[in-house]
Amino acid sequence: MEPPPPPPPPPSGTTVTQRDQWRVEQEVGRIYSFFAQLPPAAQSFALEVQRDNHIEYLTRGLRGLAPSFGSLDASRPWICYWIIHSLALLGEPIDAELEDSVIDFLSRCQDPSGGYGGGPGQLPHLATTYAAVNSLITLGGSRSLSSINRDKVHNFLRQMKQPSGGFRMHDGGEIDVRACYTAISVASTLNILDDELAEKVGDFILSCQTYEGGIAGEPGSEAHGGYTFCGLATMILINEADRLDLSRLIDWVVFRQGVECGFQGRVNKLVDGCYSFWQGGACALLQKLHPFGLSEGGEDESTDSIDSSLYAASNVSEQEEQENNLESASPQVDGTCQFKQGGPQSASCSINTGNASYNFLERRAEGGSLFNSSALQQYILLCSQLPEGGFRDKPGKFRDLYHTCYCLSGLTVCQYGRSKHADSPPLPWDVVGPYSNLLEPIHPLHNVVLSKYQEANEFFAG
Amino acid sequence: MASSSSSEGEGRRAWVPLASRPEFAGVTPLPQDDGPSPVVAIAYRDDFRETMDYFRSLYSSRELSPRSLLLTSLAISVNPANYTVWHFRRQVLEALGADWTEELGFTEGVAKRNAKNYQLWHHRRWVAEKLGPDAASRELEFTRKIFCLDAKNYHAWSHRQWVLQALGGWEDELDYCAQLLEEDVFNNSAWNQRYFVITKSPSLGGLNAMRDSEVDYAIEAIHANPENESPWRYLRGLYNDENEAWLNDSRVHSACLRVLKAKRNFKFALSTLLDLLGLGFKPNQEIKDAITSLRTSDLGEAGSDSDLANSICSILGLEDPMRANYWTWRKQQASSSS
Ligand SMILES: [Zn+2]
Repeated sequence: MEPPPPPPPPPSGTTVTQRDQWRVEQEVGRIYSFFAQLPPAAQSFALEVQRDNHIEYLTRGLRGLAPSFGSLDASRPWICYWIIHSLALLGEPIDAELEDSVIDFLSRCQDPSGGYGGGPGQLPHLATTYAAVNSLITLGGSRSLSSINRDKVHNFLRQMKQPSGGFRMHDGGEIDVRACYTAISVASTLNILDDELAEKVGDFILSCQTYEGGIAGEPGSEAHGGYTFCGLATMILINEADRLDLSRLIDWVVFRQGVECGFQGRVNKLVDGCYSFWQGGACALLQKLHPFGLSEGGEDESTDSIDSSLYAASNVSEQEEQENNLESASPQVDGTCQFKQGGPQSASCSINTGNASYNFLERRAEGGSLFNSSALQQYILLCSQLPEGGFRDKPGKFRDLYHTCYCLSGLTVCQYGRSKHADSPPLPWDVVGPYSNLLEPIHPLHNVVLSKYQEANEFFAG
Repeated sequence: MASSSSSEGEGRRAWVPLASRPEFAGVTPLPQDDGPSPVVAIAYRDDFRETMDYFRSLYSSRELSPRSLLLTSLAISVNPANYTVWHFRRQVLEALGADWTEELGFTEGVAKRNAKNYQLWHHRRWVAEKLGPDAASRELEFTRKIFCLDAKNYHAWSHRQWVLQALGGWEDELDYCAQLLEEDVFNNSAWNQRYFVITKSPSLGGLNAMRDSEVDYAIEAIHANPENESPWRYLRGLYNDENEAWLNDSRVHSACLRVLKAKRNFKFALSTLLDLLGLGFKPNQEIKDAITSLRTSDLGEAGSDSDLANSICSILGLEDPMRANYWTWRKQQASSSS
């Protein structure tokens, strides 16, 4: 392959934002036009998830990292999560010895008084607690799950709880939407979410929804993809999503997908592969939430939408399921947005949020994706993926483990976006590239592989 | 989020091992307890490892001394994201009765290497709070410098908003926003800041007092660049929950009409009209005609207002194919609410 010629200089008389955007559009455009003129076999290869190379890149990182990773020395449970979750999405088991080493290492990050720090001996921190808990859930098995001291994690979460309703990241640390999400997600997966932890969290998140429609890190700040996912997921986990202005939120998030086919994090910022999950995942949550209910006329309308071919192709049993779903979705029709209670878990907490996470899975997305799923898959596979392994923010950037994790997470959200059940296999045309690109499905509120979530949910049910 | 890029070797002064420095005599380095078979093990450089071994030692004995302060500086220079180090530094500073202004200087040095770091900004906020209102102008100046390099630095904007609310200094903020928007009208962070100022500044009288002039400001920006999403969202935000006022501001209708008539970059104008129609807006004939004229022949005839909403969704579905599903969904919403 010839290296493409350098792009012409950007047009003059434009602003910094326009020039930066123009450069990225050129770069992405060159990739897509190069792809368009490839013969079919080469196109098919270009769209393939390069499993072996990703697995090689990830596994190598799990064993050891170069000196430049010193800047992530206070985020090592995150590195574990990015790698272990990515491998789980690829359906690649980790060998037993390495798995034991991960459990042992994370135990060394667990603070004697509760929660996990960024490395052995570091202060417990909510974000690394979330990363450690998600890693251990993803490994699964009783040795891994029982290594988490739930009572002490609960103590730590209580210590981080603020009178305003929010959480601090760590002792004396910052209070923001990330802290709320990581605390509530951990509490939910470990089945220790109670009234005290959930109290006024909704008030705090609500105060962070901005005039643009998205959610900011703190009241007054700019709407941002990462915080929008965190804020929305938190509200769903505490059963308060209907307090948000969901129509403005949807409008903001769908507009974040740009001509490059990927998502940007904020208005007039550049596309970035990691927002495939933060924004794409928020869309997946919103689809399931379906805030405006099923209107009588709406069902007919959908058949003449662009999805009609898919409905026509779906088999009989799926249509039956669709009918059944109208019943289970009926509480939505009157707009109360209640979650159906039930599930295998006998929640130990008094509050009705106990089952919100599990029950959310039972809700089904109607119609197509809110966003353009095939366009996003195209961006992830052609612009973010490196054939030699790993994913990146955008063309011209280096690969890294964070973007590898969140590009793959975004990819699975795309693939299952139209599935009626969280774990029913997508139809062939929902998967861009060969069907072997299909990844494992996730629980979108926690971003852990679904079967692993289910195992943990049963394990912590008592 | 950027990948890790440390300034390996370059610009780093020759490392003097701590073991040979007199001020650290008597400190027994405490190695990291990574266990027998560590994972995600980082091949630390020698200076990194030694610094952290010494840090762990003083941290574990909670020695609140000048040499502990020095050590936190060294540890922050090898990894400014280590929140445990910053946390301990605050304890040391409190115990020693620190010079807070000097501490601001320290954080400025750290920011020069990496201005996108939660710990740095959180620490800066803590120090500025110690100094109180006297620190306001220096903090505003500091963030202004950061914005010269990156006008959208999220942490810096959060910090600036905190400074204004906690320490004051609102006087020139609206002018500053205007200046940034003059430089780059696509800078959404500056639009967000402008919204923050007009809603929160104690001297401007709040959103109701500012709305009228801000609508003009936003519409001017819209006409200059109708494809710029920022002023459209700003305009909508000016009316927040005031649906009556939003419905009745004829300047908004005229602005949409003017954009439609130009027949290009009309996505946000149509989307705005769709929003208004959903709230009960009764468009005049001119607006109806302008919408109809954007329709391609195969979309059929437009009649009632709900049909108009339908048409808008159909046009947007074609003109904005990235959001085709969304416009289909909006069409369902429009027809079910009518
Ligand atoms: Zn990114």
